[in-house]
Amino acid sequence: MLRILGKIQRLGIVTETRPELGEPALTEIGEQLKAHIGERFGGSLAIREVDAGSCNGCELEVQALNNPFYSIERFGVHFVASPRHADMLLVSGPVSRHMETALLRTYDAMPEPRLVIAVGECGACGGEFGISYASCGAVSNVIPVDGVIHGCPPTPLDLLRGILEAIAKRP
Amino acid sequence: MTPHGPLAEFPRRLADIGVRVEARESPGLAPTQLIVVKATDWSRLGIEARSWGCRWVASWGEEVDAEGGATIRINTCFEHAGAYLVARTAVPRAAPVLASHTTSYPAADRPERHIRDMLGVVFSDHPDARRWTRHQAWSQSEYPLRRDFPAAGSPQARTPADHQYNFLLAQGSGVYEIPVGPVHAGIIEPGHFRFQAVGETVLKLEERLGYTHKGIEKIAEGRDVDGLARLAARVSGDSTVAHAWAACMAMEKAAGLDLPPRAVWLRALMCERERVANHVGDIGAILNDIAFAFGFYQFARLREVWQRASREAFGHRFMMDCIVPGGVAADLDPRFIATMRDEARLLGQQIGKLMAIINDLPSVADRVRGTGVLKPEYAKALGCVGYVGRASGMDFDVRRDAPYPPYDKLTFKVPVHHYGDVNARARMRLEEITASLGLIEALLSGLPPGPVRAAWTHPAAGAEGLGLVEGWRGEILSFVRFGADGRIARFFPRDPSWTTWPALELLIHDNIVPDFPVCNKSVNGSYSGQDL
Ligand code: SF4
Repeated sequence: MLRILGKIQRLGIVTETRPELGEPALTEIGEQLKAHIGERFGGSLAIREVDAGSCNGCELEVQALNNPFYSIERFGVHFVASPRHADMLLVSGPVSRHMETALLRTYDAMPEPRLVIAVGECGACGGEFGISYASCGAVSNVIPVDGVIHGCPPTPLDLLRGILEAIAKRP
Repeated sequence: MTPHGPLAEFPRRLADIGVRVEARESPGLAPTQLIVVKATDWSRLGIEARSWGCRWVASWGEEVDAEGGATIRINTCFEHAGAYLVARTAVPRAAPVLASHTTSYPAADRPERHIRDMLGVVFSDHPDARRWTRHQAWSQSEYPLRRDFPAAGSPQARTPADHQYNFLLAQGSGVYEIPVGPVHAGIIEPGHFRFQAVGETVLKLEERLGYTHKGIEKIAEGRDVDGLARLAARVSGDSTVAHAWAACMAMEKAAGLDLPPRAVWLRALMCERERVANHVGDIGAILNDIAFAFGFYQFARLREVWQRASREAFGHRFMMDCIVPGGVAADLDPRFIATMRDEARLLGQQIGKLMAIINDLPSVADRVRGTGVLKPEYAKALGCVGYVGRASGMDFDVRRDAPYPPYDKLTFKVPVHHYGDVNARARMRLEEITASLGLIEALLSGLPPGPVRAAWTHPAAGAEGLGLVEGWRGEILSFVRFGADGRIARFFPRDPSWTTWPALELLIHDNIVPDFPVCNKSVNGSYSGQDL
């Protein structure tokens, strides 16, 4: 146990405050996000992520939001297991026809008002997979979408920015 | 190249027992041998291959024109001591009936059901009549990979959820059922698990996959080579480098294209970086699933640092679309040679320090030792590859046993364990990271000069190619056939997950339900890679 504490102390906090790779400061976006969440969501935004047919690339980046660099929970965002607890649905992938009904049911299970964001090129427009016998293409072909986050996959910072935009533009 | 090794004798052995075997030349498949047998001998082929000690690798079909009209050609790939063989046969499209190999090889079970759903081939003595890839998006009498099936299909306004799939039922007092998914609690891919349990103990797990089926094989048809490389890079996003490499290798072999040495060294560099990133992340996730948050955050941090470095050097955190037909998309700036070497050393040291802490904790050992044991005989029967196979004694690695450039010029250790539990699979990851970091050093110091991409030339219509690459999950097989004008006529990628998903059903037996997440994570099959 002492060694664990020692390691934690030596490493310090890696959570970012500086601009990285020429992108606007993570904290800047994060603080805005936190302010909006404070105002509109009582300080806590619950997100349910659904992979509706993705290649798993988008999931890796959504997961990365929880790593200590981004540590999205400090801005009041947390991922929940049930759509019934969610304010927002993040949907990745082209919607495969085999996931169409599961996605609709997840959406229906959410309390209103609800926000939906389509993640990645696939979620935005079908990406490399498009529309076919097996794929419905964009998420908006299946459920109403409030915002899209482009990228293949979008980086964690793109995701943060997209979530911020979607809640900021909400009337 | 003439075939060598014990597998070279196999066709003669078949001939000895009265199977008519035709050896065929196929430069795009070489050094893999190609033999053609009659459909009536298919069953005997499976039995003989098994008694010869071959591993069943993959099977795929395609509709082609032949003398007697449209036929469906079935290919099955076997491996023995690092040599590969593709056996081929054909059945008439009008009456596509063939013996099953599942009776000899359990590994053939789901792949044959996939072929049945996609091409309508009836495997007459297949022990499981249930569909696999097909849910409700197309009907029982339609076969998406047949030529007269349009890629757009004729979908209903809304595809219903899958129903009337007969899960196997355990019976007895106190047996209850837990359905999980397709939408899972975490931020992961969708699939359905059906547990039969007594108290906390799992009696039986049955997987139902196919939810992320995106029609990859069908929408590959008609693409140009760049388009196929992009699609292959999205078969499974966490293995984007390895799948793109395998598909490009197949296309390049079909085209008879030689790659500049620097291109293949850079491909290997990316592939090893991808292996390290995924193993590092998975070790953290395994620790997370035993509620050891310290380990999770430490490894998540290391993965993030690693991926940022990939983005700096290659322009993408996962190096997606960095492998292109004929080579790689961009050269590596020389300044990264020193920084990457330092990063690799630093990562090795950091993991060493963390493991010194983690290895000391009995509470971690208690959760991973003896949990989720995949017995070596099961791993063998299922033909498990990658770290799942190697943690259960399957000592095989394409890079070492069927080496492709640049691995033919490199030495590295392939770790093997025999106990097959979560601990062994986690140790495999750690030891593979060490081996990959060594390879990264060697690749950086030996990086040959020169161009990084060869000019593409269209292969003739009908040319075929086979790519075999050791991705981070294990052996990836990628088959490509060209049609006219350099367009793709058939693409079949076999992700290693096809071999490890069935293993999960076996290794969870007799474990407690709450240990399922850690068992699952230690295997970490790709849903997208197997659903296609
Ligand atoms: S947008 Fe890209 S990373 Fe995301 S699911 Fe689609 S192909 Fe994969």
